[in-house]
Amino acid sequence: MTIRGRVWTFGDHVDTDAIIPARHLHTSDPDELARHCMAGVEPGFADALQMGDLIVAGENFGCGSSREHAPLAIKAAGIGCVVAAGFARIFYRNAINIGLPIVICPEAVASAERGQTWDADLDAGLIRNLTLGTQIPFEPFPPFMTKLLRAGGLIAYTRERIAAGELPRRRATRADG
Amino acid sequence: MTKLTLAEKILSGHRWGERQAGDALPPVRPGDLIEVAVDLVLANDITAPIAIREFEKLGVADVFDPDAIVLVADHFTPNKDIASAEQAAGMRAFAREHAIAHHYDVGRAGIEHVLLHELGLVRPGDVIVGADSHTCTAGALGAFATGMGSTDIAVAMATGCAWMRVPESIRVELRGEPGAWVGGKDMILETIGRLGVSGATYAALEFGGPTLARLSIDARFTIANMAIEAGAKAGLFPADAAALAYLDGRTARAVGEIHADGGAAYARTIEIDVGALDAVVALPHLPENVRPVREAGGLPIDQSVIGSCTNGRIEDLRVAADVLRGRRVHRDVRCIVIPGSPSVQLDAIREGLVDVFLEAGAAVSTPTCGPCLGGHMGVLAAGERAVSTTNRNFRGRMGSLDSEVVLAGPAVAAASAIAGRLAHPEEVL
Repeated sequence: MTIRGRVWTFGDHVDTDAIIPARHLHTSDPDELARHCMAGVEPGFADALQMGDLIVAGENFGCGSSREHAPLAIKAAGIGCVVAAGFARIFYRNAINIGLPIVICPEAVASAERGQTWDADLDAGLIRNLTLGTQIPFEPFPPFMTKLLRAGGLIAYTRERIAAGELPRRRATRADG
Repeated sequence: MTKLTLAEKILSGHRWGERQAGDALPPVRPGDLIEVAVDLVLANDITAPIAIREFEKLGVADVFDPDAIVLVADHFTPNKDIASAEQAAGMRAFAREHAIAHHYDVGRAGIEHVLLHELGLVRPGDVIVGADSHTCTAGALGAFATGMGSTDIAVAMATGCAWMRVPESIRVELRGEPGAWVGGKDMILETIGRLGVSGATYAALEFGGPTLARLSIDARFTIANMAIEAGAKAGLFPADAAALAYLDGRTARAVGEIHADGGAAYARTIEIDVGALDAVVALPHLPENVRPVREAGGLPIDQSVIGSCTNGRIEDLRVAADVLRGRRVHRDVRCIVIPGSPSVQLDAIREGLVDVFLEAGAAVSTPTCGPCLGGHMGVLAAGERAVSTTNRNFRGRMGSLDSEVVLAGPAVAAASAIAGRLAHPEEVL
């Protein structure tokens, strides 16, 4: 899969309160969340987006709370991929679980400027900066994450395993004492 | 024999999948991707709605164990608006449908990370997953407890399992005797200041050292709670005699001490000399912006919040009351005290702490996460600054994008409420 879009740059440590402020967490409706995407750092961001645009950020993107509303808001707003120098742990899990493409590529981030056009080629493991005419490889996901993504996220993957009889675990282990 | 950190020891005992074959497995190593059998699954009124929606997509009739799931209405409760009331109602309906034993609603609910261990639901050696980043608080009792998103929690509710990458461990050695106004909050803020907000990403923090012997369980909860603020997956304390004494009478199941092996391998070790620490604050807008409160320039404040999953326990309220007793909150400051659970609130009433707060001109609230995340019960206007015993000071965390949050322990928050500016307790006593 290749995602082509305009680049929206952000700094280091973009926290989940910046991505979706808590006052919007009284809903879990993705379309409603999308309207407030990045409202804690750049109000009006969601209105300026085109489908497939990329968020490009520094270190520790998605730090803070575990709210899955954050990657949901980004995905529903139409962002095609988040490229960062690094991700906070829970955001990384959440993005993979819900099928939001993310890429760790500090070298590409270093050359990012707002308004550039990039291709994120997830199969080839390449970021192509079409504005500068450069391309930078990134490390592919570990095999387990690739398996999750190919299945369509954690729910689809788990459904397959339930169908295969691998899960669920037998119940009432806690009460066994 | 391989020497194991606390995280490696606990996770080695919880492997699922491969273990079904019945073979003895070698211990896990950092970097291994494993599937673990979880002991407890946690969600709240904000994260449960998505978890329930995803659970319904899995096509299973029941949760894996209705006694191993905990649902706590603590964030936007007592409900602040119709939308949040609908979310709590959805969680309540799910709890009834699946006979979830541990569903806590207003009146019985506290802040989940205060309530969980009070109820004896945290046991040393357990693996606990929660759709809340501060789930790591339970590491204070030697449980491997970690925050995840709602989809992970949906799968854990249905299957009793979760996938995990075994973390490297960073050892934090606490040495020395803390001074009168230095508490757990100062120790963890100092640790975050040293590591940085991403310094422990993907790793487990393991606390140890001679200071542990005189560190109360409440102080350990405060420290483990903020491991996530350094990016950590878990914040672990050994289950020592003090932890077992705390658990005595709270959990029926026999528990024993759990310690890391001597000679276990750590990615890094840092030492904190708590004897050399003075009370600290974290200035806006990151928890790593730590400095002694005496060097913070006496910034004026509009609000002081004392509570939260970080500092909403009885020991925290006692410290705040010691500072506020017989004094008055500054006329330009709103001081809001929020006991973390009904039992903390009851203790605070019985010990006369609530009298102290009300006589000082502070407001005392029912347990809620409320203002910590800018939800309700203390939202900030543009241009305002709060000192708060909570855990995050990100831009806009408590309200307006043009407001500021300074993190501190209860002694500094109380002293600052009196002074109307950031103040060390010794400045007002």
